[in-house]
Amino acid sequence: MTLSPAPHTAPGSTGTTSRGAQRLDWSWLGLVPFAVYIALFLALPTALALLTGLFDGDGAFTLDNIAALGDPVILATFANSTWVSLLTAAIGAVVGALVCYAMLGLREGGTVRTTVEAASGVLAQFGGVMLAFVMIAAIGTQGVVTRLLADVLGIGLYAESAWIYALPGLIPAYIVFQVPLMIITFMPALAALKPQWAEAHLTLGGTRAGFWPHVGFPVLAPSFLASFLLLFANAFSSYATAAALASQGSQIVPLQIRAALTSETVLGRENLAGALAFGMIVVVAAVMACYGLIQRRAARWQR
Amino acid sequence: MRSALSPSARWIIGVLVGTVFAVPFVATALFTLTLPDGSYSFERWLALADPANAARYAPVWTGLANSLVLAVVTVAIVLFLFAPTLVLVALRFPGLRRGMEFLALLPIAIPAIVLVVGLAPIYLTIGRTVGTGAWTLAFAYGVLVLPFAYRSIQASIDAVDVKTLSEAARTLGAGWPAILVRVIAPNLRPGLLAASLISVAVVLGEFTIASLLNRQVLQTGLVVVNRQDAWAAAIFTLLALTFAFVLLLVIGRVGRVGTGRNTP
Amino acid sequence: MTSTDPTLRPLPRTSDNALLSGAGDGTRVEFRGIVKDYGATRVLHGVDLDISPGEFVSLLGPSGCGKTTALRVLAGLERASSGSVVVGGCDISGVPTNRRDLGMVFQSYSLFPHLRVLENTAFGLRRRGVGRAEAARRAGDALDLVGLGDLTARYPHELSGGQQQRVALARALVTEPRVLLLDEPLSALDAKVRVQLRDEIRRLQLRLGMTTIFVTHDQEEALAVSDRIAVMNAGRIEQIGSPEELYLRPQTPHVAAFVGLSSVVPGVLRAGRVSVWGHDLPANGEAPDGEVAVLVRPENVVLHRGARPEGGGVAAVVEESTFLGSYRRSLVRTADGVLIRVQHAAGERLGYGDGVAVALRDEPVTVRPRG
Repeated sequence: MTLSPAPHTAPGSTGTTSRGAQRLDWSWLGLVPFAVYIALFLALPTALALLTGLFDGDGAFTLDNIAALGDPVILATFANSTWVSLLTAAIGAVVGALVCYAMLGLREGGTVRTTVEAASGVLAQFGGVMLAFVMIAAIGTQGVVTRLLADVLGIGLYAESAWIYALPGLIPAYIVFQVPLMIITFMPALAALKPQWAEAHLTLGGTRAGFWPHVGFPVLAPSFLASFLLLFANAFSSYATAAALASQGSQIVPLQIRAALTSETVLGRENLAGALAFGMIVVVAAVMACYGLIQRRAARWQR
Repeated sequence: MRSALSPSARWIIGVLVGTVFAVPFVATALFTLTLPDGSYSFERWLALADPANAARYAPVWTGLANSLVLAVVTVAIVLFLFAPTLVLVALRFPGLRRGMEFLALLPIAIPAIVLVVGLAPIYLTIGRTVGTGAWTLAFAYGVLVLPFAYRSIQASIDAVDVKTLSEAARTLGAGWPAILVRVIAPNLRPGLLAASLISVAVVLGEFTIASLLNRQVLQTGLVVVNRQDAWAAAIFTLLALTFAFVLLLVIGRVGRVGTGRNTP
Repeated sequence: MTSTDPTLRPLPRTSDNALLSGAGDGTRVEFRGIVKDYGATRVLHGVDLDISPGEFVSLLGPSGCGKTTALRVLAGLERASSGSVVVGGCDISGVPTNRRDLGMVFQSYSLFPHLRVLENTAFGLRRRGVGRAEAARRAGDALDLVGLGDLTARYPHELSGGQQQRVALARALVTEPRVLLLDEPLSALDAKVRVQLRDEIRRLQLRLGMTTIFVTHDQEEALAVSDRIAVMNAGRIEQIGSPEELYLRPQTPHVAAFVGLSSVVPGVLRAGRVSVWGHDLPANGEAPDGEVAVLVRPENVVLHRGARPEGGGVAAVVEESTFLGSYRRSLVRTADGVLIRVQHAAGERLGYGDGVAVALRDEPVTVRPRG
């Protein structure tokens, strides 16, 4: 008696039997709810956000809104967003990398690391509005630190202007969530440094100090760059903190969008929010695309 | 790598950065304790519980109630829509995994402030059909939460190899409902728990979409209260941040349980 | 041009290849009383080992026996708690790793991921101040030696495990170190690649005349490539000798059990000779006279179908018989319940329950106390 091997139909593939075809229908059905959800609440809003900029208040196609992005006021806003994001990303990246470096020797499940990771998670991702309040309480015009500096050291933080409620005020607030975000993003890369590289480096005649310039930094460079890009995108997209700190005024792009949405007619154009959103997405998507490419390359070395 | 940095240098960095970061929060705590005349007292904290002030802090309490409802609905979306879909993809459509990963990264690349521009007309329609209750925001929140939920649940799925488990259960005679409930869900518990807790934290901290769609949540309530009473806002802030911190500590412990891979 | 099977490829001529033409006479290495403690745990109990110039010595033992620790002490990656390491007549115990002029190959993951194969290999030369062009040339020669001359532009993650270890070997050799250290370099590789690579390492070592210390837990590997083997157990060297010595005349039960296969049978020891099943054989090992446990090798057990022959032996029943290609190994049980492994001709098929008789060849056996 010979047994011929039964034809193997992979699950989910088109079966030749009627039973296989039935199974196929049922499986695909399972994906529909999720697909509908994503279409309604991710794809559709994104499309709308991108496309409303191309239509004016009466529904006619127009490129005026896109052209309005060239307005000096708007360009200044984009410039502000860019330099604030660059600055806070740079500071966040360097300080965050140093903290990761300091944590390198610590045990992974240990108290210090879990605490730092939890605290970083809170500050990086869920702070938003609350970080603004913390900043105001600390270094606001009536803040504890402000008063301390004035009473004890005679330094008046706001002698010139109430800068905390203007653009420069965003910088300390943003750094408070950029550094933790760097810690979260960069720590895995640093932890992936293999001790064998340091040992091999020594046996080949390299000095202890020479390890970082010759091996450590080059290997970490892509991850560092990727994390920096992520920090930049994060700052550029951030809204809540700025909205809470600057209740009026629109010095950065997200605040401009707020102004456009709450019908304070910016430049007298409707649907400017759409154009601004379009501009923002172009910047953020470009940065995230670079991030993805570099991260993929770095991941190969971490295997 | 242990010898890479001397303990003293490590300590210096830690203390320095730790201090700089602790200052704002310590300052906020002090801020909540100061009275206009410069003395310190817990008066402001106690004022929170005073029923006479209920009206003043109403925005926060209403916002908190709404946020909690939103959290429940969002977690439901995560557990009953996202998780089953991810399991289905793992079992039947492994080729779609790259697509899911990309999809899960999209909300990071599309800022909330941009999303809200497109959500405004959609929520106008929802307002006309289902009502303007804050709970409808949960649908938008699900998208915000997707990257975090995806990472946690997918890590659990990878660690457990659901395909092999379900095949073993099939050969032992189990039907699909039984497999889902008795075999897969218990093994995904760490990932599901982590995803749920993170969703709660994200919902409680969300401001952008709620404020621009004119719904009242915890964070919008805080902003309103801040205009009248900055000290109360600071107190609520400290409470909320501490709560989120504890939540993340729990996630850290829980997540560790499920992520150990069996290396071949 | 490289063929796909490196074992068939000849090594380049000495005059073609910088590394081969620089081959020297090797350096003497001595471990003197190396003791290593980790806190309260003593991992090495005074290891003494004298390695002649150009010799290939393996440190063989199970996990945790201290063999890797001993190697790392020699490399300077660990500090001995007491004792000294002498290379070429100089005590290098206080010299930092990067000045010891040693070549080391690790078990895995040691190639720098951000450098190509050529740059990885040339790394040690560049650290020593050799110019870029010169370093590239010498690295190229070293890579030719290990058969990877065509892959110099690849990155480590684009190579297979075996190829990565070849690069690691070339990288360690190109600086012409005094001693070559290999820490289980083949353990992470597939079986076939392992055999190929170990033979290549041995051939290279013979051509270069370099003193080499090789750590492994695989006794077959150690037997195949070494001039001498030091079998270690729980931080001590139990026996040092040539592969033949260790295999034929194991001095301790651990060595007898670890190197090659053995079966344990009861015997009676008197004055250096042991009586087993009617045989009278010379005995190695320490045990008081009287009843002892005797270790016999499968190839020294002779199988007889049918009745017991004259001169000794015992009846037994077949439990298992395994075909291994050029020979068979069968497991038989005597009436007393003793299990014996016997190696015999491949053509003799035995079935479960067959009655046979086994006897011993007139070869020395190792004994240990009963119990």
